[in-house]
Amino acid sequence: MGRLWQGGRAPAGDQGLRMITFDDVTKRYPDGTVAVDGLSLQAPSGEITVFVGPSGCGKTTSLRMINRMIDATGGRILLDGVDVRTIDPPTLRRGIGYVIQQAGLFPHRKIVDNVATVPYLLGWDRRKARARAMELLERVGLDPKLAGRYPFQLSGGQQQRVGVARALAADPPVLLMDEPFSAVDPIVRASLQDELLRLQAELNKTIVFVTHDIDEAIKLGDRVAVLRVGGRLAQLAAPAELLADPADDFVREFLGRDRGIRRLSFIPGDGLRLRTDLTVPASAEAASARGTAEPWLVVVDADGRPLGWVAREDLPDSGTLAGVPAAPYGAFVRGRDSLRSALDAALLSPSGNAVAVDGSGRVEGVVTRQELDAALARAAEGARG
Amino acid sequence: MAEEPLVRWDWIGRNWPEILELVADNVVMALVPVVVGLLVALPLGLAGARWRWFYQPAVGVMNVVYSLPSLAVFIVLIPITGLATRTTVMVPLVFYAMAVLIPAVVDGLASVPDHVRQSAVAMGFTPLRRLLAVELPIAVPVVLAGLRVATVSSVSLVSVGALVGRGGLGYLFIDGWQRQFPTPIVVGIVLVVLLAGAADLLLVLAQRWLTPWASARTAARSGRRGAA
Ligand SMILES: Nc1ncnc2c1ncn2[C@@H]1O[C@H](COP(=O)(O)OP(=O)(O)OP(=O)(O)O)[C@@H](O)[C@H]1O
Ligand SMILES: [Mg+2]
Repeated sequence: MGRLWQGGRAPAGDQGLRMITFDDVTKRYPDGTVAVDGLSLQAPSGEITVFVGPSGCGKTTSLRMINRMIDATGGRILLDGVDVRTIDPPTLRRGIGYVIQQAGLFPHRKIVDNVATVPYLLGWDRRKARARAMELLERVGLDPKLAGRYPFQLSGGQQQRVGVARALAADPPVLLMDEPFSAVDPIVRASLQDELLRLQAELNKTIVFVTHDIDEAIKLGDRVAVLRVGGRLAQLAAPAELLADPADDFVREFLGRDRGIRRLSFIPGDGLRLRTDLTVPASAEAASARGTAEPWLVVVDADGRPLGWVAREDLPDSGTLAGVPAAPYGAFVRGRDSLRSALDAALLSPSGNAVAVDGSGRVEGVVTRQELDAALARAAEGARG
Repeated sequence: MAEEPLVRWDWIGRNWPEILELVADNVVMALVPVVVGLLVALPLGLAGARWRWFYQPAVGVMNVVYSLPSLAVFIVLIPITGLATRTTVMVPLVFYAMAVLIPAVVDGLASVPDHVRQSAVAMGFTPLRRLLAVELPIAVPVVLAGLRVATVSSVSLVSVGALVGRGGLGYLFIDGWQRQFPTPIVVGIVLVVLLAGAADLLLVLAQRWLTPWASARTAARSGRRGAA
């Protein structure tokens, strides 16, 4: 029964597989607490779906109903159309990776054996399981030297990486993550988040990620499900849409401050119009540069890389621009960075204009304040909440 | 009248074979009950960890047993298991060992962190495999700490059996007392302490070897102390 979705990596193109469907799911605990109430949503295959909401809103309960650590009291949860309740729990769980906040590593097993846990359970040959574990340690960015250590000899961040490696060991198509990064400090957390996004770009798992941190949800989620206490779905949307158009006051409040600015992160900066006439080479004569009508110019070196801004009125009568001290500049990578980065770059330049560079750092042109203004106005039109 | 020395070395030399026999007897009578006690305490401890309603009464009964004076128990057992037999001495020692080991097993299982248990469930362990491969191994340091207490007290409790005719090294105390002759008493005390120390050392080494993963912190936890 579990065969269909268990085992190997998704072949390219089978987008329909490994989807998780909540169909009117309810969980009422024996004491009468309704933790999840009529939840219906889909976690599409190959995407990160984030459950976010205040403490006690039923995130963990929802997650654990997928691998049957908790059984729903109403409705159905389907994995590629198969009701999870028809699959025997240990079999079901071996095909679903699970990562929790405290990592949950086995203290009595070496790191390599911790990672190889599910392969062992699946009856893999010991040598093959360990080889796979070593491969995964590397994949999550851990030194293979750590393989022979015990968990207590690792830092919190390292343990969390081992937890991720362990969840991936048997290459399950589905990954459940319950606040996996909330027990580590902000810097480690950010690097673990980046690591997860990098891994996901390679692996294309169907991931359900639980967090109470809306910024984490927005950073990681392809889609974000905001839950309210009582286990009801408040809104399910892509992060940009959530920021632009919150469904109600609860969601708006939960999204917190600076919603407008944060939303700019999801608007690509490559639509911005460039001006190429504000760039001058360092070898140019200062006197001729003074002849332009522009108050600020970007000086570039022989390679086309930016050196900084010069103000027309400060230019000397003789010599080249190379001899003129240049003011600091802000730059963004066109084609990669968002409108937010472009705005940030503009705010870091005394001219108020942003320098646009290509992937290798060469100046492509300048985005003026006026152009940014127009782009912000277009962005504001898209916001309805 | 010449002052009697604390230790007469020539007596030790002459009686060495008998002393060794007493040591062997003491070892057997002390260790067999601990092993049997452990074998019984494992399932009972598992039951206690699983069903809390079972645990409290079981510990209550065991505490009552633990509080019974050992001599009284030996005397009660004589009509059943005979005077001066090993069995008479070992039966109560099994119960004393259990009184220490059942809580040790329950505490050991309780020492398995909840997130570890949960992640074992989430990875697809069956309940039996989880118990054998995750929970029991993690319980080992706490159980071994209890085993150390049980072993040391069992080694010294054996000597009380001398009062009913079979007490291993305890015989030396009775002998020395009856003859107002300190040498056997001193020898007995030294050997009991050495024996207990050796057993304890072996268990500490076993602990190091079995649980290299246990940090010093968890290994230092121990059960109850004391003897009846
Ligand atoms: N075993 C249980 N018995 C009764 N009620 C429970 C049980 N487990 C959870 N609950 C209740 O169900 C509700 C949802 O709990 P859940 O753990 O799913 O919340 P959560 O969103 O994960 O919260 P947190 O962010 O604090 O982890 C809470 O009100 C909680 O008290
Ligand atoms: Mg939770």
